[in-house]
This record gives sequence, structure tokens and C-alpha cells, in this order.
Amino acid sequence: MTTTTLETARQDADRLFARKRLTALALPVLVLAYFTYIVFAFDIPGLAKRADWDNAVTLASDSWSYKVHVTRDARSGEMDYAVEGERKGAYPEGARPAWVTGEETLSVALGPAHEVRLLPGNRTEVAVPGHPLIEIATEGREVTTNLTDTPPDWISASSRRVAITTEEGRITVTGTKTEIFNYFPGWELFFFTFESPYHGHSLGRILWGERIDPARANLVGALQDVWNNPMWRHKDVAWAIGETILMAFLGTFGAALVALPLAFLGAKRFAPLTSLRFAMRRIFDFVRGVDALIWTVVLSRAFGPGPLTGALAILVTDTGTFGKIFSEALENVEEKQIEGVSSTGAKPLQRYRFGVLPQVVPVLLSQILYFLESNTRSATIIGAITGGGIGLMLTQAIQTQKDWEEVAYYIVLIVLMVMAMDWLSGKLRGRLIKRSQ
Amino acid sequence: MTDVPPTAPDRGPVHQVRDSYMAELQRRRLYGGLTLMIFALLMVSGFMVANDRNAGGFWSGISQVGDYPAEVLAEAWAMRADLPALLAEFFPALIETLNIAAVSTLIGAAAGLLLSLLSTRGLARWPRLIGLFRRIMDVMRAVPEIVVALMLIFVLGGGPVPAMIAIAIHTAGALGKLFSEVAENADLKPVEGLASTGATWAQRMWLGVLPQVAPNYLSYALLRFEINIRASAILGFVGAGGLGYELRNAMAWGPGRFDEAAAIFLLLFGAIVFFDQLSSRTRNRLTEGQRA
Repeated sequence: MTTTTLETARQDADRLFARKRLTALALPVLVLAYFTYIVFAFDIPGLAKRADWDNAVTLASDSWSYKVHVTRDARSGEMDYAVEGERKGAYPEGARPAWVTGEETLSVALGPAHEVRLLPGNRTEVAVPGHPLIEIATEGREVTTNLTDTPPDWISASSRRVAITTEEGRITVTGTKTEIFNYFPGWELFFFTFESPYHGHSLGRILWGERIDPARANLVGALQDVWNNPMWRHKDVAWAIGETILMAFLGTFGAALVALPLAFLGAKRFAPLTSLRFAMRRIFDFVRGVDALIWTVVLSRAFGPGPLTGALAILVTDTGTFGKIFSEALENVEEKQIEGVSSTGAKPLQRYRFGVLPQVVPVLLSQILYFLESNTRSATIIGAITGGGIGLMLTQAIQTQKDWEEVAYYIVLIVLMVMAMDWLSGKLRGRLIKRSQ
Repeated sequence: MTDVPPTAPDRGPVHQVRDSYMAELQRRRLYGGLTLMIFALLMVSGFMVANDRNAGGFWSGISQVGDYPAEVLAEAWAMRADLPALLAEFFPALIETLNIAAVSTLIGAAAGLLLSLLSTRGLARWPRLIGLFRRIMDVMRAVPEIVVALMLIFVLGGGPVPAMIAIAIHTAGALGKLFSEVAENADLKPVEGLASTGATWAQRMWLGVLPQVAPNYLSYALLRFEINIRASAILGFVGAGGLGYELRNAMAWGPGRFDEAAAIFLLLFGAIVFFDQLSSRTRNRLTEGQRA
């Protein structure tokens, strides 16, 4: 008798183990099969072909470095020096970088050993260590060189255009102009552009030195010039970040204000009619289901691009979410406190104010604060779609595909902004919990 | 009880208590009122600033909110015969959006699992590096998906892969934090038992910690999947494939293609509601099963 029960028990255990082993094996196999399907569905093998690694290199190097363009106009022979080749970053009239020397023949030093000489008559000489001197001359639209027919792969030469790419810089010669890019690490002109009288002065000199611009006090003038920096647009960036936070703030708290009274209608205990409660719940589900993306699209048609549209999109979506969360919280309130308040003869509104709200407010506030942080991130994304805030500046900078240092700057700011909001909301939630205990 | 005989010449301790209570109450009311006032002021002025910087104003726009949906619906209704065909046409795009969400949730959850175990006190493989792993998670969580997606689109070209990687990174950070909060409450006895048998760190985690936390982890991962479907649709809108991409194309055409837009709206809405319900049912079962 005992042996048979033991035997069946053993069999049961064996079967159980066999099943467990099977499920333990089946799960990884399923995941693996799914990933195999994905590899083909997403065309991962073709990815290597589509990927543009030159773009990756540009992105990686441009985000922490800048280049100075030296340009010679072929017709007038005039020289132009500008950071990133932008008018806003142009050297003032008559000034030039220290690595450009000479009068009749200009010598541009690229790094310690490379040198480009701009000779009169639109002739150019490029000296690269380990390679014979490259001579280029332009005549009308024709570009001639002393290069052999098979130049190394860092030189591309045709009768219209010669491009030389070295690790120290790039040289491009065409019939209309000769351009030299010289690369340096760092973000140039971050505080002051060349136009500002404070450019090139040390911080100590600005703070404690003599007045540099006679019209303004040093500190005021310096701050004004940093704020209005046309290259890095600190003013616009600050406004954009403000807009993004504003979208998150207005959206989150606006949604909470709209959702709170609606949540009473959706909670079992407070709803005057069951059908009303049911309808309310379905509305919350609908609003949540439509999703921020579609709300953004619909609202931006009515309100146009800008922070208000983003705020409203967050507001509408989160009204659904808050309505759901709040009505669930309201269903869990303690009856005793409401009875206590009504025993003093309180009217319904007073019952809600003193019997219900004190119980739920800490819970709800903590939820709202949690959403405030996550909505800061959403506001960045929604801003990119509707056209407002730092999200818009970021997408614009990425789409121009050349200002990668600005992209890097915005990303750093966005990460800092989200982390700051995370910290703030965590701090406030911590205080809230401590107070309610 | 608070009745003090009117003959009492001096103000007794009861009065003192009452006075200080009233003063306290007044101060609290004042602070509460001030906080409310500041909040109201912030809301109103914030609204005004946002309204000023918006292309269209609030009051002129509010009357037009219904116009676009009405237009889309009217056109879609006029061409309702084509709707089933359009739904079938865009179904592959929906599958792509769902695939992006599913893969990024799987990868993100796996990475989040590892990060969470590495950054939980008592479980970490290298206790000195807990702070480092936490900071890594913070940064991964803070980077909005769109940032990574746009940069990857620049390098890898459009398609689902940039969106997948972008969402996976964010998911790893977000789930890692939630996972590590759960893991902190895990019972350490099984881990110690396993350690005494000479189990490696991976074995201790796999056999000692995971069985304890699996229901919670699964429930968080399901919630994330739900969120990731929405994120994947949004990233499609900036060029990362799937339903969002089709939506942008259909919208760029404007009138004449509104039936397509309506079909895409419908698919997206249906998918979100479906997975919302599915995941909330499953999550309820998971957490209830744990309580039993």
C-alpha cells in the first residue's frame, strides 16, 4: 500500500519535473525563435549595407570638436575666416587665426606638420608628411594638379574639384574657391562670439579687471553677450527648455484638475448613477486609448504649433490616466472618516472636502508628481512633433545634419533637465510621504 | 470638557492649549492658502505664456478642435466600403509597431534585470560599483527615446531598428530601477543557501532571487510593453517605420487620403486598447496569484 502511494507520488513528482524542464526549455526556445523572425522582419542583415558609417564618424567627431573654415575666393582673392563657416562665427575684418601667417603667400598650418600654402594666382601647395608636395592650380573652372593618375585614397581629384582629407583637416579646391577646414577639440565661441568685446578675455579680467566696454559694466555686459550669443543661442535654448517644462507642468496639473471631479463620477462609491459611472470609465479608457500621438496630431490642427498644443495633448491624454487612477483611489477610501464628518452635520460638498480629500490627496499628489517627471520626457517628444520647446530645437539641429555640437549640447541639457525633474519630484514625494505618516 | 467655569480668574492650561491650537491652525491655513495661490498663479501665468508663444490662440482654437476629426470621419464614412481593404493594407505596419515594442521590451527587460541585480545592495556582484550602475540607469532613463532614435536614423537610415534600440535603452533604465526596488525586498536566505553550496553569482541570482521576484518583474515588464507600443507609434512619426510612419505619410497628403488616416487611427486605437486590457488582466492575475 505504502509502496504504491510512494510510487505514484514519485511518478507525479517526475512528471512535474519533466513539465517544469520542458517549460524552462520552451521559453528560451520561443524567445530565440521570435528573435530569429525579427532578424528577418527588420532586415538586420541588410542593415550593414544601409548604414552610413561616414555619418557615424562625422557625428562622433563633430559633437566634441569644431572647425575653422579658411576660404579664398578665386575671383577676388579675398580671404575669409569663420568658425564652422558661419557668418555669425566670422573673424572680424582684418583679423585672422594665429595659425595663418604670411602676407603675399599665406601659410596655413594644420596640426604640427601639415601645411597649406596659398600662393598668388590661385595656386595652392599642400605639404603632407610622407607624401611629395601637392601643387594645385586653378584656371577659370579648370583645376590642374601635379598628382599622378592613381592618387592615394585620401585624395579625390578631377578636372573640376580636388579634395584632400587628412586627419588634421580638409582641403577642397574648385574653380570658384579654395577651402581649408582646420579641426580643433571643444565648443568654440560658446560664451562670446567675435563681435563681443569680451571675447578672448579671461573670467578674472571680466570680473575684476577694468571696464572693457565703456558703455556697460563688465558683468552686465558679459552676461548680456552670453545670453544673446548668436552662435549657441543660449536665450532661445533657455526659453525652449522653459517651454518644455511648462508643457509638462500645465499638462500634468491641468489633467489632475480636470480628472479629480470626473473621478468622483467614475468611482463606485460616489457615482450617483451606475450608468454614469460606466460611461465615465469608458471615456477614460477612450481618451487613454487614443494616445498622445493622435491627440497631438488632432490638437495641432486646431491650435497650430507651439507649447500650448503640447500642454493640451498631455492634458487630454493624462486626464484619462488620472481619471482611472483617481477613481480607483477613491474607491479605497475609509468610510469611517466620512461618517464622522457627516455626523457633525456637514453638507455633501463639505463631506468630500473634509472626509474624502484628506485621505486621497497625498496618494494622488504623489502620483501626479511621478507623472510630472515622465511628462517632461513626453513633452520633449511631443514638442518635436508639434513644434515647441527643446524637442523642436533638437530635431531641427539633427535635420540640418551639420551642427552636431549643438545636438550634443541639447542632449546634455535634456538629460540634465529630466534628471532635475526626477530629483525634484522624488524630493517632493519623499516629503509628502513623511508628512502623511 | 472644554467648559471652564466662568469664575476662573486665570487662563488655565486648557486655554493655552486651545490658543496654541488655533494659532497653529491659522498658520496652517495661511500656508495652505498661500501654496494654493502660488499654484493658481503659476497655472494661470503659465497658460498665458504658453498661449502667447503658440501659433494659434486657445480661444480661437478651441472651437476648431472638432473640425479635423469631423473632416476625417466624414471622408472615411463616405468611403467606408474601402475601410476593410485599408485595414488589411496597414496591418503589416501595425505588426511592425508591435514587433518594435515587443523586441525592445524583451531586450530592455533583460538588460534591466542585469542592471538591477548589479545595483541592489546585498545582491550586487561588485558592491563597490553599485553607484556606477545606478547612475548608468539614471542616464538611460533620462534620455528621451526620440533623441537616440533620431541620431540612429541618421547613421542607420530609417526603419524599425533605430526605434527598437532607442526604446530598449529607455526600457532598460526604467525597468532596472523598478526591478531593483523589488529585488531589495527579496529574501536573502535562498541566496546564502546557494552560496554555501558553492554556486556562482549567476547561479545564485538565477535560482535564488529570480523565482522570488519573477511575478513582479513580469507584471512590470507587461506594463512597459503597453507603454512601449505607444512609444513605438510615436517614433514611427519621426521616421522609424511602423504605423506612425504611415500615419505621417497619410496626413501629409491631406484631404483625399483621410480614409487612410482613419484606418490607421482605428488600428492604433484598437491595438492600444486590446493590449491595455490584456496586460491589465494578466497583471491582476499575477499579483493575485502571489498574494494567495
